[in-house]
Amino acid sequence: MIVAERKPLDEIAEMIAPFRKVAVIGCRSCVAICLAGGEKEVNMLVSAMKLKNRNEGREQEFDGFVLERQCEKEWVKEVEDRILASDIVLSMSCSLGAQTVGDMYPHKIVVPGLNTKMFGVPEEQGVWSEKCLGCGDCMISTTGGICPIARCAKSMLNGPCGGSSDGHCEVNLDIECAWYAIHERLKLQGRLDLMETVRPPKDWVPSHSGGRRVLVREDAKLTQHQKRGEEVVE
Amino acid sequence: MADRRPKVVGFCCERHAMDSSIFSARSGRTYDTGLRIIRVPCSGRVDGMHILNALEEGADAVFVLGCLEKNCYYDTGSVEGRKRVEYVKSMLSEVGLEPERVEMFNVSSSMAWKFPEIVSRMTEVARRLGPIGSGGGDGR
Repeated sequence: MIVAERKPLDEIAEMIAPFRKVAVIGCRSCVAICLAGGEKEVNMLVSAMKLKNRNEGREQEFDGFVLERQCEKEWVKEVEDRILASDIVLSMSCSLGAQTVGDMYPHKIVVPGLNTKMFGVPEEQGVWSEKCLGCGDCMISTTGGICPIARCAKSMLNGPCGGSSDGHCEVNLDIECAWYAIHERLKLQGRLDLMETVRPPKDWVPSHSGGRRVLVREDAKLTQHQKRGEEVVE
Repeated sequence: MADRRPKVVGFCCERHAMDSSIFSARSGRTYDTGLRIIRVPCSGRVDGMHILNALEEGADAVFVLGCLEKNCYYDTGSVEGRKRVEYVKSMLSEVGLEPERVEMFNVSSSMAWKFPEIVSRMTEVARRLGPIGSGGGDGR
């Protein structure tokens, strides 16, 4: 899932300060799970902003609501009236949601209320850790299901660097060395021979290094007829 | 400002916190009538949203009262309540409000003397700070 964190409230307040009607839009997907932009967080932000305005004698109107998924146009379309009625949209979603709204309503100013941090997983309540960088060419079949690209500070491909100590990373001793974890996992699976497999330098073109990525599934795309809602004429 | 009664909201767990208020009353102790008690099943049930809502609706100060942390009826409820209170305090600081408007306290049923003490303390905070947006209470 995408893990995000709320921006500092003073930064948010500064972005929305010049505008009177503020639509605060949350998302019930990833950012709700990571306690950053779900219903509760949207309500708390609106409440805090109202208190700040009352304290400073400023008047603003807030309309806080939450979508199932802010990164999908169908869900955004359902709240079009509320978006258009606002002077500014404060997106309490990951950057994908904010950009979806911005792309759909280019005349509308959309600002992010969250900092999108990483592709991560919830390790325990209140703890999320990064496990994927979206490199576009997954290699975890050879590394015991553990990604050295995301979980190693240096994205090492062929074993640990010299900074691995007692299973911990020299960059942060609280973090497990990814290659130590890979070694232990492969040992558990009886596949330690994979440690000796030499992995050639990675092709980074499928990653962001190759420019903006667009994925197309021709079999899933709608035809022009379907988009217009017309019957297919044989 | 002097004749305005401070508004304090107290979220009290229905175990030790409510018991302490009842025992306090039975033992003849009194407290400021500006207090609005909101009874909750556990202080861990109190969410940051509830506290902010109370402030938004006009409370000058809010406290959450739960069981003693190592004697919580629901084991970790009052620890959860404290964490939420701390989070709300940090949010208040971020928006330039006084974090002392919100506090967490812990009592046991037998601490009847402590309930009026907590109410007095929060009433004093409310009186000193005044309503949000008023530019200050008696203490300024």
